[in-house]
Amino acid sequence: MTTTETNTDPEALEPVVDPNAVSIVINGRQVTARKGDLIIKAAEDNGEYIPRFCYHERMSPVGMCRMCLVEVDTGRGPQLMPSCMFAVSPDMKVMTNSPIAKAAQEGVIELLLANHPLDCPVCDKGGECPLQDQSVSHGPGESRYIEEKRHFEKPIPISELVFLDRERCILCDRCTRFADEVAGDALIHFTHRGNLTQINTFPGEPFASYFSGNTVQICPVGALTAKSYRFKARPWDLEQAESTCTTCSVGCRITVQSSRDELVRYQGVDSDPVNWGWLCDRGRFNFESVGSGDRLTVPLVLTSSGHEPTSWNSALGSAARLIKDAITAGGANSIAVLGGARGTNEDAFAWARLAHDVIGTPNVSAQLADGLPIGLLALNRATIDEAASAATVILIAPDLKEELPVLYLRLRDAAEKHRSRIIEFTPKASGISRYAWRTVFYEPGTQAGAVATALGQADIAEQIAKGTVVIVAGRANLAESSAPTVAALLALTEALPQATVLPALRRGNVVGATQVGLRPGRGGLASLGILDAAASGKIECLILLGADPLGDVPDADLARRALAGARRIISIDTFLTGSSALADVVLPAAAYAEKSGTTTNLEGRVTRVAQKVTVAGTARPDWMIATELAQRLGAGLGFRSDSDITAAITEHVGGFEGVTAAVLDANPNGVIALAPNIDAINEPMVTLGDRNAYDYRLIVSRKLYDKAIVTTKSPSLAPLAGTSAVYVNPLDVTRIGSAVGAEVKVSSARATVILPLATDPSVQRGTAWVPFNQPGANIGELIDAAASVTDVRIESL
Amino acid sequence: MSRLNEDNVRIALETIARYPKARSAMIPLLHLAQQQDGYVTNEAMAHIGELVGATSAEVFGTATFYEMFKFKPVGKYLINICATMSCALMGAEQLMHHAERRLGIKAGATTPDGLFTLEHAECQAACTEAPTLQANYRYRFHVTPATFDALIDDLANGRLDAEIPPHGTVARIRQRIPADRVVGPRSPDDVTTAPEWMAVAPTASGGGQ
Ligand code: SF4
Ligand code: SF4
Ligand code: FES
Ligand code: FES
Repeated sequence: MTTTETNTDPEALEPVVDPNAVSIVINGRQVTARKGDLIIKAAEDNGEYIPRFCYHERMSPVGMCRMCLVEVDTGRGPQLMPSCMFAVSPDMKVMTNSPIAKAAQEGVIELLLANHPLDCPVCDKGGECPLQDQSVSHGPGESRYIEEKRHFEKPIPISELVFLDRERCILCDRCTRFADEVAGDALIHFTHRGNLTQINTFPGEPFASYFSGNTVQICPVGALTAKSYRFKARPWDLEQAESTCTTCSVGCRITVQSSRDELVRYQGVDSDPVNWGWLCDRGRFNFESVGSGDRLTVPLVLTSSGHEPTSWNSALGSAARLIKDAITAGGANSIAVLGGARGTNEDAFAWARLAHDVIGTPNVSAQLADGLPIGLLALNRATIDEAASAATVILIAPDLKEELPVLYLRLRDAAEKHRSRIIEFTPKASGISRYAWRTVFYEPGTQAGAVATALGQADIAEQIAKGTVVIVAGRANLAESSAPTVAALLALTEALPQATVLPALRRGNVVGATQVGLRPGRGGLASLGILDAAASGKIECLILLGADPLGDVPDADLARRALAGARRIISIDTFLTGSSALADVVLPAAAYAEKSGTTTNLEGRVTRVAQKVTVAGTARPDWMIATELAQRLGAGLGFRSDSDITAAITEHVGGFEGVTAAVLDANPNGVIALAPNIDAINEPMVTLGDRNAYDYRLIVSRKLYDKAIVTTKSPSLAPLAGTSAVYVNPLDVTRIGSAVGAEVKVSSARATVILPLATDPSVQRGTAWVPFNQPGANIGELIDAAASVTDVRIESL
Repeated sequence: MSRLNEDNVRIALETIARYPKARSAMIPLLHLAQQQDGYVTNEAMAHIGELVGATSAEVFGTATFYEMFKFKPVGKYLINICATMSCALMGAEQLMHHAERRLGIKAGATTPDGLFTLEHAECQAACTEAPTLQANYRYRFHVTPATFDALIDDLANGRLDAEIPPHGTVARIRQRIPADRVVGPRSPDDVTTAPEWMAVAPTASGGGQ
């Protein structure tokens, strides 16, 4: 799949007439374009650049700026036409730089500059500005305008993240088109008219889109600037490297940019199979956490007076001793490794070798009891492209807008452009419900039944019969065990054997880490089993690989008992989290952009991640820590660099045979590697007990912004987390006998928390929704990881 | 506070029902809001967005495109004095100076009693009758300082109430279409086959007309 074969079949060499080829003449040169191509694109594909501002390949053309005027002759004599608005036609003659075309282009620049403030010296865009560049390349070089320019209040914040300078705006409609067409958040719009036309939000209603940062990137002038980057650097000071965002498992391609060895910005890269150039704001702006002053920079060991900084030598010595002691005390099985989904494939592989081969424990898991069994990865895998072009997409997944934002954009696009119909199974409305063809609400725990009923309906059956089906599968509700979702997924795959599955697991490299070996060995425990074992004192040494069970495991009590019950804890982390604060040894890890390697997204797509800045303090990449520990445990892994490990993965991991360094270099969009040797998913046990006096079935799900460490340590994103509240259907408020905004008691059989009451009409009656890991009371206190569902009582105080 | 009131919500829903796409009712609903409060309030724009399925920003963007929608309170009577060429030649500037003196405000402002707002306007398409003005978009032709003063007196004393309703009232008679007479137009997106009226009976020669 990853090699291109030279075709030697003589028949293939016969000239084929391409029905989509259109022959046109550009600047006197005969070239071939594709049917339906806009002139501006056909010209570009054939090496003739036509200046433009409003045209953007990923959005519909609007002909707003007139910069792309060229002379076009379709047989009726040459006419000036905006080349972004007309498709090629056979034998069309295009003149991009005839005297008339040039005069028109110069005129447009002169007009655009009539009101442009030309404050380039203090503008973030200066040096990478299409207006600057094209004024030089296609402008008249001087202006006849001497009048006073139009004035607006200089930059106004249009959201927590983005500033707008209306004086600089050339009204190209890119940001507004993006907001409406791509993101579906039409919260900015042209307002007023004529000379006063401007971009703005509704008064008092900010541009609070999860995708707002993209507008800064596509604005062709410095009108939109990002709070995190304003006045931080000049383009000519920037260094950059292409990489992949690992904030979630969509794996958007990005350029990581730094100035003076400090990360200052990520820009989206247009990867056709993945992100089309777009990023979510969480992924775009969380680079700030890498340079946070709170990063762990030296190893820590727990002493009687708390954590003390120490040398790597002594810390690694202590860690190795803890592991050896554990083996002596309880055997290798008393050691468990949890985490690794935040690192590279190389980190994961080195740790998998250390855990499975050197230590010899099968108790390894890259998940944190909030995903699905890894057998999910053994199902026939779909790609994002396949999902976004399938006739039917079935979602039995978390709210994609909150958890896998750019996958949401791709599926939204598929629905909006009428390529796909979405059938969504969900306990409450999600971001994509607006675009779904059918949204089937189910009461938590009953999704398998909901699926069976829906599949039996004539219109749904008819829709499914129309073509390919892709199932997007993940855990929609953290107050449920994974069992009900697995049951529904198996019901779907049994009924639709041809369907392929896109796993909606969330953490950046969870798929890669699992595929290269950070998963339970024979007879080994998965994440929930590890936590249970630790809680019952069966784990001598728990190794946390960038994992923070206290923050991420839905069952708060279990997480607490597990950390208390593990005799020793070794934590490898970038920050001192709630969990690493309890560790006996804390080893500072290199963060994203501080190490190179490869990562694997939810499709199984392997891409390179790049190092751009020096590590914080003495931090080291996870793989290096694994290698050193292995050495101290008497077995060298033999890795001297991350590329050694990339090669070892190619050699040893099934499915990764073709993923060589050369192939990765040749394919910046990555290559798909699936793990063929993961065991199939087991039939789960769903037990829905009696509700008794607990009237509400609980739904707990994640929001894009929460208390995750990289968010809280990114000053731009930190204020965006909401607050915790319990949401019920408006019709249930009176039943509770309380009022919206008032504090109520939410109790399960296990515990009680106090939360403000809120309403959301998309929450079904008899259910209650609480966002996970938000500032405020911890809803995890109520969740029992072993129970299929969580029922709660809500009482006024 | 200044969302559409109950009566107007009823009218709004009736209006929306006439269009194949709810959004198409945005402008009529903005007029309704302006009629209710004399200007279009932010609350009304947000409310209209909810009613037609648009974001507040989209309603705001559409509304601010139009000069005749006001977003700040205006006087009960909005006086627009034309300042374009024909009127300018016929003394519009002097008329404006006179108006400013008479009302004691500058163009663009509202009298402290909230009765009059004075504005410059572009050509009102009555150039042969220059200079012209409009009071709540009702014409006055060949205006002189004296007829201007008389108009202001009449308006202030309510003598013109029958002709000139308060600002925002486009027409006193609202078109109501009984449910059984609504055409029920379809959205262009929903038209997938040739409409019935297009069907042509085949003739002997095999062609239609
Ligand atoms: S702010 Fe930028 S992207 Fe938006 S319309 Fe103005 S110039 Fe275009
Ligand atoms: S969708 Fe995921 S991978 Fe893409 S930018 Fe956002 S966090 Fe990063
Ligand atoms: S690029 Fe064609 S009009 Fe703007
Ligand atoms: S110029 Fe005043 S009405 Fe035409």
